[in-house]
Amino acid sequence: MKKLLTAAVTAAALGLSGMSAQAESLKIGFLATLSGPPAALGEHMRDGFLLGVKEAGGKLGGLDTEVVIVDDELKPDVARTKVQGLLERDNVDILAGVVFSNVMMAIYKPVIESETILISGNAGPSPIAGKACSPYFFSTSWQNDQNHEVMGEYAKEQGYGRVILMAPNYQAGKDSIAGFKRHYDGEVVDEIYTKLGQLDFSAEIARIADAKPDAIFTFMPGGMGVNLVKQYAQAGLKDTIPFLSAFTVDETTLPATQDQAVGLKSGSQWASTLDNAANKHFVEAFEKEYGYAPSLYASQGYDAARLIDGALKKAGGKDKEALMAALAEAPFDSVRGDFKFNTNHFPIQDFYVVEGAKRDDGKYVVNVVEKVFDDQGDAYAADCPM
Amino acid sequence: MTLLAVQTLNGLQLGILLFLIAAGLTLVFGVMDFINLAHGVQYMLGAYLAVAGYGLTGSFWLAMLLALAGSLIIGLILEMLVFRHLYDRSHLDQVLATFGVILFLNEGVKVIWGSSPLTLPVPEILSGSIPISDGLLYPVFRIALIVSGLAVAALLYVLVSWTRVGMLVRAGATNAQMVSALGVNIRRLFMFVFGFGAMLAGFAGIMAAPILAVEPGMGDNLLILAFVVIVIGGIGSIRGAFMAALIVGLVDTIGRSLATDIARLLFPPAAANDVGPAVASMLIYILMAAVLFFRPSGLFPARAG
Repeated sequence: MKKLLTAAVTAAALGLSGMSAQAESLKIGFLATLSGPPAALGEHMRDGFLLGVKEAGGKLGGLDTEVVIVDDELKPDVARTKVQGLLERDNVDILAGVVFSNVMMAIYKPVIESETILISGNAGPSPIAGKACSPYFFSTSWQNDQNHEVMGEYAKEQGYGRVILMAPNYQAGKDSIAGFKRHYDGEVVDEIYTKLGQLDFSAEIARIADAKPDAIFTFMPGGMGVNLVKQYAQAGLKDTIPFLSAFTVDETTLPATQDQAVGLKSGSQWASTLDNAANKHFVEAFEKEYGYAPSLYASQGYDAARLIDGALKKAGGKDKEALMAALAEAPFDSVRGDFKFNTNHFPIQDFYVVEGAKRDDGKYVVNVVEKVFDDQGDAYAADCPM
Repeated sequence: MTLLAVQTLNGLQLGILLFLIAAGLTLVFGVMDFINLAHGVQYMLGAYLAVAGYGLTGSFWLAMLLALAGSLIIGLILEMLVFRHLYDRSHLDQVLATFGVILFLNEGVKVIWGSSPLTLPVPEILSGSIPISDGLLYPVFRIALIVSGLAVAALLYVLVSWTRVGMLVRAGATNAQMVSALGVNIRRLFMFVFGFGAMLAGFAGIMAAPILAVEPGMGDNLLILAFVVIVIGGIGSIRGAFMAALIVGLVDTIGRSLATDIARLLFPPAAANDVGPAVASMLIYILMAAVLFFRPSGLFPARAG
């Protein structure tokens, strides 16, 4: 079934590019998690990317573009095998996408060693930002710690002196809490680590209510976040203890949490209400094309396609050296506004606190509350020898 | 001390939710000797049908009726198409075939409703909450969940112990061939039991939808917990499932709320943050292993009870 779907998607992508046999064409492998519970993130990112390709008339940088979409199933070994196929059989010019950091770490080495350009639309693990950085790698998202750092800084600014931190008990959860604590200087009353995939949070919520912190910070991606947000609101804590989060309240979960997530805060580098021309166009075109509101993942996918488009135009073709030099200059208008590449090829960009809100047309989106960091790079760039 | 009381209540409520799911599973397994891994996706379908029904009617109660009917119909269709052909096969065949049903239905749900989580609002009449401790509200819907779980337990008890159908079900569980020889249409009895089990799974899904994310694969995690419950309780025993569900709910909840604090007494804080949650998430499996070791047929074996 999965294979069938992948084949269908690939076929659709082929159809999109017209399959004309021109002299110079571009082949992009797009790796995303498209099955299992976290598929929504991959779908958002893919749809954003394909919108970018479509708007270029199926020709990024004027080259006939073929996008081969591959589902990594959130399994590093599967991802590695499929990427091998993309590199050796399909001979892709560029590999883009990748939602999860464990998948990124599994495919990073083979892609870089084959000297193929790798553009992350989401995952930004610290080794790649630091010691293991590579001239072939570019990110149109963020380094993993950053959206958590935003909330730590925000909690400090708001004067929240006592906080409870809560995350699932795995590496990304611990990184999240470390990221929050980088700028936060108040008292951490308690750190709660939950089971990955936890359903019922009433025990944790009772502990939070009992400790009465000034705020809580949490990282609960996907369905776990939906469960937590629903139960947090139902327990009446939403209005008494501020809810700060990262990757928990966004357009992939808002359709399920709706009013229960309105007013809950999250750290992000993008929101659909960011005021710039590229973003206005993107949000409108995306909703017209797909019928749902884009999330930050969609914006990152879209930016990845537009980055490739801009760099190809600047380089005047897909000559690798010229293309890499052009990519590093980020010659495109990002939907997040300010965007340039740091020495480690992660973006230097602004970060915001956003909150869940109901739009006039009844759709739920995140709105900007305030800007927290201006032109911010990540903490690992100094370790990158580039 | 109030915190402990609140956590006990939370534990009982998680137990009731687990019982709602485990009841149908253990009923089908006990009566028909049939391992139905697809029980988890039937729970998921209940939740999705309720969301769809709510979209059509705008009423939680009508949605519940539609979803129950839908769960029954889908359960019967699955029984006729797939499961009926597996009753006489080995458990391994049943596991493989019903696992296939899981994959098929998880993808099917994704194709129809998409992969983003959906929601079902709490019905107006149950949307209030009661303050139980300083700053903490207990949602009325959770009380309704507990009441409905107890009602299902009572209904099953009466049905199985006091009705003619229940008598046949118990007889069929003990010796299906003999019951068949006495002129009872055992196939139809099995179909009835299976349909009922499917409705129980669907009902659990409907009741869980307002507090949990409705998403593809939502039944997979719960299925594992439901198996833990029926193994601890004694496979096929409704009473065992009820008691075991409460025990598992309590152990899990109390463990989650106290494990880190206890670990802090024994280890330095950083290590305690690692050890506590790890132990908490293992507790129910340790419990299951212990039960299997000392009482291999479960705490309340069906045959003896």
